[in-house]
Amino acid sequence: MPLAAWAAAHFGAGARLEALKRLSGGASQETWAFDVLAADGPHPLILRRAPGGVAAARSSEAVSLATEAALLGATSASGVRVPAVLHVSPPGSAIGEAFIMRRVAGETLGRKILRDDEFAHARTTLTRDCGEALARIHAVPVAGLPDLPRSLGEDQIAKYEAIYRGFDMPRPVLELAFAWLKANAPAPAPPVLVHGDFRLGNLIVDPGGLGAVLDWELAHIGDPREDIAWLCVNSWRFGHSEKRVGGFGDVPELLDAYHAAGGAKIAPADIDWWEILGSLKWGVMCMIMYSAYKTGADPSVERAAIGRRVSENEIDLINLFEGLGRHA
Amino acid sequence: MHDAPSAKELIEAVKAFIDKTAAPQLTGHAAFHARVASNALATVLRELEIRPQAEAAEKARLETLLGKTAETAGALNRDLCEAIRSGEVNLSTSGLLAHLKSTTIAQLSVDQPGYSGLKTATR
Repeated sequence: MPLAAWAAAHFGAGARLEALKRLSGGASQETWAFDVLAADGPHPLILRRAPGGVAAARSSEAVSLATEAALLGATSASGVRVPAVLHVSPPGSAIGEAFIMRRVAGETLGRKILRDDEFAHARTTLTRDCGEALARIHAVPVAGLPDLPRSLGEDQIAKYEAIYRGFDMPRPVLELAFAWLKANAPAPAPPVLVHGDFRLGNLIVDPGGLGAVLDWELAHIGDPREDIAWLCVNSWRFGHSEKRVGGFGDVPELLDAYHAAGGAKIAPADIDWWEILGSLKWGVMCMIMYSAYKTGADPSVERAAIGRRVSENEIDLINLFEGLGRHA
Repeated sequence: MHDAPSAKELIEAVKAFIDKTAAPQLTGHAAFHARVASNALATVLRELEIRPQAEAAEKARLETLLGKTAETAGALNRDLCEAIRSGEVNLSTSGLLAHLKSTTIAQLSVDQPGYSGLKTATR
């Protein structure tokens, strides 16, 4: 088996594979957990692989596995906590298009991180940890990175508005959000590496705080405020709305930590525009998922029901519009 | 037409079958989808109860806001979207945000009554 051959080559003859288990069945990726038992002890690892080892047509925005592996290397060099990449396997190789990284211990489920006693201390450091991690991601020298999509705020408005109009399901709250965003667009910030999905669910948290930043599929060149505000979108506060930063922290502390770690000076009011864009995007994404049911592409009850979550984003947008004056 | 059993009773019966008989025998993905199915039926039950009155109130507010009448709330919503898109109506238009808030609160009371943002809005 190719993976066993890799383990023997990498960790020495006699290294054994154990506990190979598929973690997720994403349409664009397979993720497998496994252990290698080597002479120097057990090595918990993750394999990220194109389905069947062959890259399928991915969403237009998702970066390739090789790019994802390169981003883990580049961000690690800039001091971001990410899993170490041990091997990149090219298309057509025995393992197929894939990479292997260390498996970082900790929790990713937002509800557990925000609720369980085990993470009580982590919750007190997570805001600063996230501010520092974001500052370091945004400081990664862009020149050394593989080709990434470029997507600024106005690109995202245009993209999601075209999708929304294509559905011909007019929703006044979303319409107001598009109009308001266009009328109030901030001056663009100098473009940086943006993670694109920095939030609980994609962060490994251990009892000491932030353990690793995962899921770099949506990385792009864009506006740093996009990442900061996405972490604040109410959908990612997992019920703990009173804490604007991911359900665990406050915006001034996050922005202070971000600035102290070398990030630009950003005012809380600057986050509003990007958080409104974030809630609007997630609302349109729920419509996209529902459309998979409507067109018959995915007849599951889950895809049908997700159409009844668009209104969650609509109330978040209304709460944001009502709060605009308060954050100024 | 009769209503014995009513639509509400039939949905309640199917939901009880999923919750008490089918779901406990399922595992993995099927168990997950059974929970989603049960929640979808709960949404339908809330819709049967809440929608008629909420939609009538929405239509009345839209008629005031737009200064015109129409057959359905859906047609008026289409007009409102056009007015927002053209810039004729915006965030500072008197009554707009209050109307959208009332409408969205009613919609969420059907769709996801436990959502955190609904509590924020009604606080």
